[in-house]
Amino acid sequence: MKGNEALAEGAIKAGCLAYFGYPITPSSEIAEYMARKYPKIGGTFVQAESELAAINMVYGAASTGARVMTASSGPGISLKQEGISFIAEAELPCLIVNVSRGGPGLGGIQPAQSDYFQATRGGGHGDYHILVLAPASVQEMMDYAILAFDLADRYRIPVMIMAEGTLGQMMEPIIERESVINDYDRSWATTGCKGRDPNIINTLHLLPEELENRNIILHDKYNLIKAKEKRAELFMVDDADLVLVAFGLMSRICKKAVMDVREKGKKVGLIRPITLWPFPDEDIRKVSDTAKLFLSVEINMGQMIEDIKLAVNGQVPVEFYGRIGLTPNPEEITQEILKIAEREGF
Amino acid sequence: MRIVAKRPHSLTEEKFHYCPGCTHGIIHRLLAECIDELELREETIGICPVGCAVLAYKYFNCDMIEAAHGRAPAVATGVKRLLPENMVFTYQGDGDLASIGMGEIVHASARGENITVIFVNNTIYGMTGGQMAPTTLIGQKTSTSPYGRSVEQAGYPVKMAELLAQNEGSAYIARTAVNNPANIMRTKRSIKKAINTQQNKKGFSLVEILSTCPTNWGMSPLEALKRLENEMIPYYPLGEYKVKGD
Repeated sequence: MKGNEALAEGAIKAGCLAYFGYPITPSSEIAEYMARKYPKIGGTFVQAESELAAINMVYGAASTGARVMTASSGPGISLKQEGISFIAEAELPCLIVNVSRGGPGLGGIQPAQSDYFQATRGGGHGDYHILVLAPASVQEMMDYAILAFDLADRYRIPVMIMAEGTLGQMMEPIIERESVINDYDRSWATTGCKGRDPNIINTLHLLPEELENRNIILHDKYNLIKAKEKRAELFMVDDADLVLVAFGLMSRICKKAVMDVREKGKKVGLIRPITLWPFPDEDIRKVSDTAKLFLSVEINMGQMIEDIKLAVNGQVPVEFYGRIGLTPNPEEITQEILKIAEREGF
Repeated sequence: MRIVAKRPHSLTEEKFHYCPGCTHGIIHRLLAECIDELELREETIGICPVGCAVLAYKYFNCDMIEAAHGRAPAVATGVKRLLPENMVFTYQGDGDLASIGMGEIVHASARGENITVIFVNNTIYGMTGGQMAPTTLIGQKTSTSPYGRSVEQAGYPVKMAELLAQNEGSAYIARTAVNNPANIMRTKRSIKKAINTQQNKKGFSLVEILSTCPTNWGMSPLEALKRLENEMIPYYPLGEYKVKGD
């Protein structure tokens, strides 16, 4: 199954029956899949006139308490930021998918991880965060779509799945998962006020105290998410001198390089952040007690390295290897590891 | 004792923040009366704009959503597609609908989105302090057209009712005014027709309501009503521009 289709199928399994989107490479297969599937299963598919309209349709549909989603890629995700800021403030659950490509500007359509800052710092105006998951396989495209809707409902927060274009486009065999759909409170939804007082979904707070209070409430929620939802995969880090940090597809490529270099007797490990926000800083900090050097490997000019440095807090050096528009292959990473190992005497 | 006038149930007890002589209050009341008379309050979801009516979610006594500037028709689309049996309206001003939200309104109409739009046209940005709107008349002085709107610099005022009536998806499009009691009653009839259009699932409905802004026009309420009649109506003719039959 193709990655984009696995993600779409995962969303359907999670009970998402509404999709609003605008075509953009390399994400369009998600929209196309929904356009084919939804008419047969009673779902709602709207091809919006713009990315702005698409995210605001998500805002409206999420207000009804339904599970809804949209998908796009870099330039489109930038356009959606206005709506994402509103959705985050209004605390509406939804899924936003960034099948990412290289920027800035129109950039290219090759896979990249250059939207890391945008995704992990909220992306739009105001003090907010969205929860960001980074799958590394076609299987995880499906699994994380199911997980994303549960997290979105649990915390009433927009969840983003950020996957490199490669993951969206490549095919792998997958195991079909069944989704357990938890029942969450929907009493806040605007569905018509029959038998209750009217519900209001609003992001305007003109009184300074009220606005501050809203931000404190959001901040408390973000702290709760930070305490409970940080996820990372640790691979051969216990005795490692050099620890690579990479997410998404890049982490799989790095894992191959780590295994190759281990065969040469070098003590190398890998940390793969699964949640990009909240960032798994405690795992990295713990490993920094024993590791001698970190290497951040990214398909950009160096973004996640800032979070790694914050986590390591100066205990050990953090270096960077990355390319943009081109995904580093295992041999390249192996060469980089061996170069560092020789220089450092690992 | 016979009650001859009372606050519509579809309005809350909240006091309006609108300026003296502003016609938003009249339009709020007309819409609320229509919702009451059609017994739709408990099925209604309203979307308010960014502009003077940004606080309308406090005034309408039904489920309300506050949208980003210009995006109300997209938000309404999301709501209506998920809840097709509910009544969904947007309430938007001229800056919101005809400038920053031009894309959303034209495409909601083109799709025949089964929603009702209350479009308040007072030819100026009110909340931000009287800047030029896409509907500002030629020669009209505003804070961003201090020498009067010129065609050379800003082109022509947009006629939304005429423009949207062109779309096949539009089922009911009318332009009314609230400058005198007769026009106020016509406005109410048009709003009710628009909601009926939605109830009958005929498609997109919109009532453009010519309105006043005495504060930012620099006029007394009475002068403002005269301006509406003498200057706005000749450029924005009243009437029904689209009535889709059965």
